[in-house]
Amino acid sequence: MSILVNKNTKLLVQGITGRDGSFHAGKMKAYGTNVVAGVSPGKGGSTVDGIPVFNTVEQAINATGANTSIIFVPAHLAADAILEASEAGIDLVIAISEGVPTLDMVKVMPYLTKKGTKLIGPNCPGLISPGEALVGILPGNIFLKGNVGLMSRSGTLTYEMVYQLTSNNIGQSTCVGIGGDPVAGLYYLELLQMFQDDPATEAIVLIGEIGGDAEERAAQFIKEHVTKPVVAFIAGQSAPPGKRMGHAGAIISSGSGTAEEKIKAFEQVGVRVAKIPSEIPDLIKLVMKN
Amino acid sequence: MKIHEYQAKEIFSRYRIPVTDEVVCYTVDEAVAAAEKLGLPVVIKAQVLAGGRGKAGGVKLARTKADVPELAGKILGMDIKGYTVEKVLVAQGVKFSSEFYVGLTIDRNSKSVIFMASSEGGVEIEEVAKDNPDAIHKFIIDPDLGLTPFLARKIAFALFSDFKLVKQGADLFQKLYRIFMDTDSSLVEINPLVITEDGQLLALDGKMNFDDNALFRQSAIEALNEPTEDELKELDAKEKGLTYIRLDGSIGCMVNGAGLAMATLDLIKYFGGEPANFLDIGGSSNPQKVIDAMNLILSDKNVKVVMINIFGGITRCDDVARGLIIALDKIKVDVPIVVRLSGTNSKEGLEILKQANLPIVETMSQAAQKAIELCGKN
Repeated sequence: MSILVNKNTKLLVQGITGRDGSFHAGKMKAYGTNVVAGVSPGKGGSTVDGIPVFNTVEQAINATGANTSIIFVPAHLAADAILEASEAGIDLVIAISEGVPTLDMVKVMPYLTKKGTKLIGPNCPGLISPGEALVGILPGNIFLKGNVGLMSRSGTLTYEMVYQLTSNNIGQSTCVGIGGDPVAGLYYLELLQMFQDDPATEAIVLIGEIGGDAEERAAQFIKEHVTKPVVAFIAGQSAPPGKRMGHAGAIISSGSGTAEEKIKAFEQVGVRVAKIPSEIPDLIKLVMKN
Repeated sequence: MKIHEYQAKEIFSRYRIPVTDEVVCYTVDEAVAAAEKLGLPVVIKAQVLAGGRGKAGGVKLARTKADVPELAGKILGMDIKGYTVEKVLVAQGVKFSSEFYVGLTIDRNSKSVIFMASSEGGVEIEEVAKDNPDAIHKFIIDPDLGLTPFLARKIAFALFSDFKLVKQGADLFQKLYRIFMDTDSSLVEINPLVITEDGQLLALDGKMNFDDNALFRQSAIEALNEPTEDELKELDAKEKGLTYIRLDGSIGCMVNGAGLAMATLDLIKYFGGEPANFLDIGGSSNPQKVIDAMNLILSDKNVKVVMINIFGGITRCDDVARGLIIALDKIKVDVPIVVRLSGTNSKEGLEILKQANLPIVETMSQAAQKAIELCGKN
């Protein structure tokens, strides 16, 4: 088992004829993901890497039964692509696009809620259930099937952590990159609940960073609803206030959103926080033994 | 992106939100002329893109004719949080009875725009939020409906008891919301919003921040940008596909990915060093990017050592290593370099670097410690 993506995922790639879309469609297919279709308006009827391309999401679903969509279109077109997927009945949308205007996402959210569409991202690396499906731009080779669920606001930091877990022979059930933007889809609370309910997940790694108070809320949620062990890491302990640290959402504003507050919130509810990334495998071994 | 108070109030005016009569001045003479035109008293306010101007002594009331050149002279050229005051706003001194705070921003949790309103205006809202959070009323705005008249009234009723003011306020709040949406703002604030002697609402101050991701469709806003020297460097880096932020330390950093870059800075601090910069080179092995990144790091004369921390994901470590060697061949680097490569094909990558005689280490922690050690020696 795993969460969100698995062997039953039938993946559609929106923006499949672009540079990133075609490259990663090939990578995901090579990993073993069931990539059933691509969409690129005006390029319907062609193929990319043997994957049939359609003009609209609706046509792609009708022809292939796609249930999940990954979006690689340019940032200013991303909101429309998300809406198209939602309207056509896709269950899970993963938006990779980086640089989407925040108000575009604000305007999209109520529609997704109404349609019951789950969104991951934007500005995220996607997700993977090792051995089942890779839906994103993550390097599939560093993951190992196992029972640790992972969620993170960062891409490469996730790879770093996963690499260390895998090197220590600690496998993963599902790893989800939730993205670095201030307004994004599924976040800690929803994913914590999913991992809590997933029989294949025995422990959870949460990788947070500065900005906002989602980590504090996650800590509260863990206290009330999560019985599985959780370990955490917070990036940005040395970040200066008022500076956007690469991710649009990674900013300490008016003294709030600091790493210190987040670490304190976790420690108060008994979640162990790694001081440096290399402590994560040891902490996982420790909590899984108990 | 941020703009000055006077620019925010110019936008307010365009939407017919009443603001003080005021003139932007670059010299003492201009300030004197402005005060003559507006009539005494006037408030002279430093226009810098930093908060806390009042506390820093950048806002003064000029009561007499003699006050104006004296105060304007003091404020012009003053340093506020690293910004030099190059212009002041000379604004008509207004008598008022009460001060309020109103503002709009993005709320990450509700994934909506929220309206914040408080009767405790005139002080820093962050302090109110800390000391008396209940004094700030928050209203979530449905993006499909916008700020409806009833919600605008509800906000106004939370602040005012006089129905005339409620009507004025509701109208003003709807305009403020339109400004927020029309300009892709991330923050719009009036602090304080005051009631004048003749019972009118007036924006005494104004603040606007914008969503950098939306500037591509906000050319009029982008034209107002006044980047500092450091920000110019950041913008220049962005055009080359790099995210750069200058810091105060001496260990230059080159990392792929924002999260890993943040964690790298943390690690350097953890082991007792001081990073010189945040630098995310993104995910590619393109030698030109490494050259650009290296030049950027070395343009900071505080840098005594460079730590390169790359995690090879899709981009393979052997490709990154080859890119590094080409890059380092093309530019002269006088300071020591520590390289840490990990991830896909790291063995092959490290072998290539070894042959090129580059100091390599295996883990992030080792790299940080080695960089700190080398930094001490230089």
